[in-house]
Amino acid sequence: MKSLEELKAIRERMQGQVGVRSADSSDTRVVVGMATCGIASGARPVLNTLVSEVNEKKLENVTVTQTGCIGLCQFEPIVEVFEPGQEKVTYIKVNPEKAKEIVEKHLIKGQKVEEYMLHKGAEHKGYADFVKFDEK
Amino acid sequence: MYRAHVLVCGGTGCTSSGSAKIIDRLHEELKKNDLTNEVAVVKTGCHGLCAEGPVMVIYPEAVFYSRVSEEDVPEIVSEHLLKGRIVKRLVYREAVSENGIESLNDTVFYKKQTRIALRNCGVINPESIDEYIGTGGYEALGKVLTTMTPDDVIQTITDSGLRGRGGAGFPTGLKWKFASGNRGNVQKYVCCNADEGDPGAFMDRSVLEGDPHVVLEAMAIAGYAIGADQGYIYVRAEYPIAVERLRIAIGQAREYGLLGKNIFGTDFSFDIDLRLGAGAFVCGEETALMTSIEGNRGEPRPRPPFPAVKGLFQSPTILNNVETWANIPRIILNGPEWFASMGTAKSKGTKVFALGGKINNTGLVEIPMGTTLRTVIEEIGGGIPNGKKFKAAQTGGPSGGCIPAEHFDIPIDYDNLLSIGSMMGSGGLIVMDEDTCMVDIAKFFLQFTVDESCGKCTPCRVGTKRLLEMLEKITDGRATMDDLDKLEELCYYIKENAQCGLGQTAPNPVLSTLRYFRDEYVEHVVNKRCPAGVCKKLVTYKIDPEKCRGCTLCSRNCPVNAINGEAKQPHVIDLAKCIKCGTCIEKCRFDAVYID
Repeated sequence: MKSLEELKAIRERMQGQVGVRSADSSDTRVVVGMATCGIASGARPVLNTLVSEVNEKKLENVTVTQTGCIGLCQFEPIVEVFEPGQEKVTYIKVNPEKAKEIVEKHLIKGQKVEEYMLHKGAEHKGYADFVKFDEK
Repeated sequence: MYRAHVLVCGGTGCTSSGSAKIIDRLHEELKKNDLTNEVAVVKTGCHGLCAEGPVMVIYPEAVFYSRVSEEDVPEIVSEHLLKGRIVKRLVYREAVSENGIESLNDTVFYKKQTRIALRNCGVINPESIDEYIGTGGYEALGKVLTTMTPDDVIQTITDSGLRGRGGAGFPTGLKWKFASGNRGNVQKYVCCNADEGDPGAFMDRSVLEGDPHVVLEAMAIAGYAIGADQGYIYVRAEYPIAVERLRIAIGQAREYGLLGKNIFGTDFSFDIDLRLGAGAFVCGEETALMTSIEGNRGEPRPRPPFPAVKGLFQSPTILNNVETWANIPRIILNGPEWFASMGTAKSKGTKVFALGGKINNTGLVEIPMGTTLRTVIEEIGGGIPNGKKFKAAQTGGPSGGCIPAEHFDIPIDYDNLLSIGSMMGSGGLIVMDEDTCMVDIAKFFLQFTVDESCGKCTPCRVGTKRLLEMLEKITDGRATMDDLDKLEELCYYIKENAQCGLGQTAPNPVLSTLRYFRDEYVEHVVNKRCPAGVCKKLVTYKIDPEKCRGCTLCSRNCPVNAINGEAKQPHVIDLAKCIKCGTCIEKCRFDAVYID
């Protein structure tokens, strides 16, 4: 090690690695539904895209994690974004390309990607019934 | 890029309960599920909750699994890692609340702790220098070498108020200052005392196992501060995992040029070598330790001259304990004010304790100085098992003393502990409940010092032996009140006349138990009774004929056939044959056996 720059380079390379190992409640959480329904409709490439994008863009306060069945199997793969103090945003039928867009627009620029959000899904068949059921 | 990290404890406790097999199985199952490129498996150092081992933490959710077995691994992989469903039955019980599952840092065990010396323990892979650098490792060394003068470094450590964590609490900055004269003109050494030998202490082992690079970095910083180019780590050979990880760490640091010539392109050169001790307690005493590194029999020598003047190979030397070293890089990076803002007036920062004895959460904790014993035992430690009452806690091992229940709310720091006749010691904290006999405890520690006395000076070699004999006389019921006075007198004589710390502190367990539990000694002497029912010569086992159902369970289990009686008739213990092993009490389902 002949210079501080070399040390810094290693640190930056490793930060994404070890940075995962802290659970701070002020973090934004990006949750991917990874139950059988999610996996079957392609949640794993979505999850992996999100993880690598977040790391590449060096978004330090974002945690990407997974959860079980969210209950909207027909809209999988589902990605939910929880920002501290804000209502959660639910994206449906996500694929790796959409995931990149969500990172770029929502997580970096703070603009929700309306066209992939659940309420747009009202046009989908069965959604109204589901909401009714949910409100019970 | 891994989306999840599975941290499995590779400390001594969890290793002995099978964590290595769990790691193998994890790799196997991840491969089966095609997850090897998505999930990282990391073998870490101690997480602290040794009682709940083997432990596993999965990030990013920070879910804490306890008492994991090899058979649980397939479920964890297919449920948690593949489908994202937490395996509730394996989650550490304290982390399960009405609102679901809490993250690790919200459990009482961790919430009340401040981890500085242990910050990387259980978080990084101790065998990877890159992970250490990823958490800011070697930045303090870089800062020191490129922006600070050696005197600045010493001033920073002095201002932080850091005191030696080996037990005596000598100010670290002052120690460095004493050794700092004549830089560049004389050979000097930096040593690390990793000869942790107190019964019940395992803090240093855990730091070495969990974060070995922090010690290397800190020693290099001290080398720069006093003008030394060589360091030695004296570690006991009974710590094989710690030794192995230190070897790996030293090799990696040399490869990266963080040890060796011209570190960070400066003129500063520093290297470290390991020296293994054979496990003699006295070699934890600084002069004996250095004599042992020199290759001689590990015996202490008189001070002065102090090591800062004439130490290893007759050269100025500083020797600090593992935990002291573990604090140094953070103080350099965060500043002395940050460190001094924690703790009490004269004891700054935090202290690591190894919790053991009659306590639920046996393990490793780091608390700010000034935390009360009550918080440590009742909250972090999870209280005493089986609803028993707290009687006393022993700090400082065989050199320390007991803290009775009346001092339960005393803020723990160096001076408070000394004032109540105990000492900080290296950090072993042994909890005792109402079933503990205090005379027996004193006897236990004396037995230890008698075994470990090096034999060089008479007060220690002969004195501790005589002390032990007097204690045996008491627990055998042969002592008189006169013996109690003699016991106390001999204690003070040894304290004043022994040559090194081992002998000078050896009577402490006797003196402190005499101070707080004199009535228990008197009960043994006058009434020939052991109130806790521990001292075998003073108790007899009896069977209450009213309660005995004649189930014959006790007589069938008695190892010496001392229990007689017909089935369905009250049994009787033959006192002449009874060896007082306690098996009958354990076996009896009707509470019929009692100690008189």
